[in-house]
Amino acid sequence: MITAVRKPMEEIIACVSPYDRILLVGCNECVSVCSAGGRKEVALLSSALQMHFLKQGKTMEAREMTLERQCDPEYVEELVNSIDGADAVLSMACGCGVQTIAARFREKPVFPAVNTTFMGASERQGVWSERCQGCGDCVLGITGGICPIARCSKRLLNGPCGGSTKGKCEIDANVDCAWQLIWDRLKALGLEKRIEDVIEAKDWRTSRDGGPRKIIREDLAS
Amino acid sequence: MTDIFEPEIVAFCCHYCAYTAADMAGSKRIPYPPNVKIIRVPCTGKVDAIHVMKALEKGADGVYVAGCMEGDCHFKTGNIRAAHRVRRVKALLEEIGFDSRRVEMILMSAGMGERFAQTAREFTEKIRALGPSPIRSAGKAQGRRAAV
Repeated sequence: MITAVRKPMEEIIACVSPYDRILLVGCNECVSVCSAGGRKEVALLSSALQMHFLKQGKTMEAREMTLERQCDPEYVEELVNSIDGADAVLSMACGCGVQTIAARFREKPVFPAVNTTFMGASERQGVWSERCQGCGDCVLGITGGICPIARCSKRLLNGPCGGSTKGKCEIDANVDCAWQLIWDRLKALGLEKRIEDVIEAKDWRTSRDGGPRKIIREDLAS
Repeated sequence: MTDIFEPEIVAFCCHYCAYTAADMAGSKRIPYPPNVKIIRVPCTGKVDAIHVMKALEKGADGVYVAGCMEGDCHFKTGNIRAAHRVRRVKALLEEIGFDSRRVEMILMSAGMGERFAQTAREFTEKIRALGPSPIRSAGKAQGRRAAV
């Protein structure tokens, strides 16, 4: 999922303070799962903003809406009846959602209420870790299902480096060495020999080096 | 005429401990301030951050969540979850410049009638000393009806 964390209230307040009527929009997808911008978080932020402004002697009208998927124009269309009643939109979705709203309602200021953080997986309740950097050329098949791009601090394709100590990375003793994990996994699979295969330099054009990316499925696109 | 401040306090009380303790206080004829309005919940783990925030937003001067002693939760960890949520609400309140001492998590067992009454007295006095909630004051100034 795409993970996010709420921005500091000070920053959010600074964005919305010039306005009297805010449309606070959450998303039922990734940011709901990582408890950053779902229905509950929208309610909490709305309550906090109204309390803050009431304390300042100002009534802030905050309307709450949580869309099924904010990165999808079809769902963003649901805002059409509420958008005129708002001076600005505060989105709790990831950057994709914020931009979908901004593209649809060009005359309306849209502000992000969360910082989109990474593509990650849930380790346990309340803990998410980065697992994918969307490099566009997946190597998990040859690295035992552990991504060296997302999980090795140096993104080494042939590791480990000299900074690996007792299974931990030199940048932080709490960070696992991805190449140690890869080795352990290959060993468990009986594929130790694979560690000796040199992985050739990666073609980063499939990643951000090739500029903003786009997928066009001609069988689906009309 | 002097306007005497009487705090409005909302207490989310677990059915298995604090609510029973309140009952115990009643059976023992131990008085506690009528400022405390009890909301019975099946477990404090049921109390979400938004419940506390809404109570404050609607004009409560103080809110506390009263759950079981550590390790005694009927649902194992509901009281620990509630304590985490209360900490989260306190942090959010600090971020918006609202005195977080108006929100607390309190632990007690079902037999602690005296402690329930004492907690109610102490919390009421603490809130009385802090004065009316700025939300309630602002609401009154704007002619807004506090719906506690």
